[in-house]
Amino acid sequence: MRDILKTNVSRRAILGAGVAGASMLAMPAVLRAQDKSLKIGVYGGYFKDSFDKNIFPEFTKATGIAVESVAEPTGEAWLVQLEQAARAGQAPADLSMMSQVAMLKGQATDLWAPLDPAKLSNYDNLIDHFVNKYPDGRVAGIGAVAWYITLVTNTNVYPEAPTSWEALWDPANADKLGLLALVSNSFLLEVTAKTFFGGTNALDTEEGQIKAFEKLAEVKPNVRLWYRDEAQFEQALKSGEIPMGQYYHDVTGLAAMDGHPVRSTFPKEGGIMDSGCWALSRASTKSEEAHLFVNYMCQPEIQAALSRKVGTAPTIKRELLDLTAEEFAAVSSEIEPIIPRYDLYTSKSDWLNQKWTEMIAG
Amino acid sequence: MRREPPQKLADYGPLVFPAGMLIVFFVVPFATMIAVSFFRRDPAGFYTPDFVFDNYARFLSLFFGKVLGFSLFLAIAVAICCVVLAVPFTYLLARTRRKTQVLWLVALLSVLSLSEVIIGFAWSTLFSRTAGITNLFVALGLMSEAVALNPSFGAVLTAMVYQALPYTVLVLYPALVRLDPTLTEAARTLGASPLRAFFTVVVPALRNTILATLIMVFIFALGSYLLPQILGRPQHWTLSVLITDQAIYQSNMPFAAAMAVFLVLVTLALVALTVYAGRKGEAA
Repeated sequence: MRDILKTNVSRRAILGAGVAGASMLAMPAVLRAQDKSLKIGVYGGYFKDSFDKNIFPEFTKATGIAVESVAEPTGEAWLVQLEQAARAGQAPADLSMMSQVAMLKGQATDLWAPLDPAKLSNYDNLIDHFVNKYPDGRVAGIGAVAWYITLVTNTNVYPEAPTSWEALWDPANADKLGLLALVSNSFLLEVTAKTFFGGTNALDTEEGQIKAFEKLAEVKPNVRLWYRDEAQFEQALKSGEIPMGQYYHDVTGLAAMDGHPVRSTFPKEGGIMDSGCWALSRASTKSEEAHLFVNYMCQPEIQAALSRKVGTAPTIKRELLDLTAEEFAAVSSEIEPIIPRYDLYTSKSDWLNQKWTEMIAG
Repeated sequence: MRREPPQKLADYGPLVFPAGMLIVFFVVPFATMIAVSFFRRDPAGFYTPDFVFDNYARFLSLFFGKVLGFSLFLAIAVAICCVVLAVPFTYLLARTRRKTQVLWLVALLSVLSLSEVIIGFAWSTLFSRTAGITNLFVALGLMSEAVALNPSFGAVLTAMVYQALPYTVLVLYPALVRLDPTLTEAARTLGASPLRAFFTVVVPALRNTILATLIMVFIFALGSYLLPQILGRPQHWTLSVLITDQAIYQSNMPFAAAMAVFLVLVTLALVALTVYAGRKGEAA
């Protein structure tokens, strides 16, 4: 026994071997080089929790690709982080769920690696406007989820549901509305254009935009609250303090199911449809895995599961889905939606923002 | 203890720590902000380092002038309300028994533990039509029907005074406790009523303290952005609300920085003016 301990190996060598061994263990990336993985950014909070619970484990089971989910902030902070990391050749997440304005801003700097439709067998399932393309036709992003902003009312105060966005302009609703406070998240210019000027094309020119602003200024006496914080309006809507306004269709549905006296109505001009896209950072080396994931997400079963469990509207064609009429109505509508003019919020964002602020605060 | 000016370089040693903190947590961030305020905004992206005056030029408009004017007016109104309420209150408090004083001060300190969000939502409930104080007035027969008291200027002012009042009392308290009671006694002996003694003796004796308190509350109120948003209409939004919009929702850091720099400069100018006027008044 003593002889064994008296070997010629020096203490230094043993320490060295120990350090080497420990560092091997500390580098799982080297040890698990064959394992496939993918880092996916989704909005932190409700979305990330739902995806972690309902979507990612099933995907790993089906494909063997491990998913590391990253909580991304809403707004444009995540775009800035991805952009700066990509310049340094890094990708904090391979795939990210991005808002439409962030998609367009990323396209301007070629941040998104083009996705290859040939590698996506479910590509044809998608509704056309959920495919984001570069001007030259390359695919920049694929629709992940969609959601609606609709006309909501308190059922105690309004026994009859309103049928049109025109209700916002009705003098009978003086001081009763809650509307979103920013031009880029309320999309009320589009609502005005669709309701009074025949469609969002009316916003093509500056004259059209000014006309929409002037018409929209007429709702000001009806607005009690311009909200940034969703909880503030939701509370007031439930209590009847502010009995009408624009709000998210899915959350309003959940509140109604909990027994609150609220309802969400798709006006005849359509609800406002907003959506998030899957986009691949150009610094990512996981293109194969990313295509597999995007394709997986475009399957009818998965889109149906998202609608049932997360409450989002599907981005693929209605006829492919096995959702019942009620299930579909809970997340979407057959009425043609108002699709925001995202292009304006990149090309004229400062001007629109200035006009908007002057309109509501002036 | 004898005081003498520092003789050697080492005598300045104790200054190193506070100076370092001041540089790291104030000078560097503020300098960064000034630098960013001259950067070029890229509407389709973020910003690029540059030296342009566009951001300041955009600010110089009637619209932003009005918003700045309202922000200053609101902060001054809050400062005056706070001081008008707090001076008599603290004066009376300083003359009560020690136990009563402690109780009041603890209660006031507990208000400081509330966040601005909680204060905002609490007042918006109190001022609401469905659950607010007007329901109480209806029950008492003072009003025929419950009404909503917010959003309004009064609601913003009330909540901001509520938030700033504890600071005001705590700043005034030491000075009022130390105030020589023989001063008022002398005034009373000479035939002044308590009210007259308060206004002709106590208030002038506290002149500098009151001025300092006014400035402190003014600056404190100027930074408020949550309460005007929760309790006010858009015309009651302060410049701080618009700065937040630009920085967070529009990712327009250069413009947000330019507005912030402008706000700081105007504030400093107003404070300097007040102090200067105070000195002059004292000399006269």
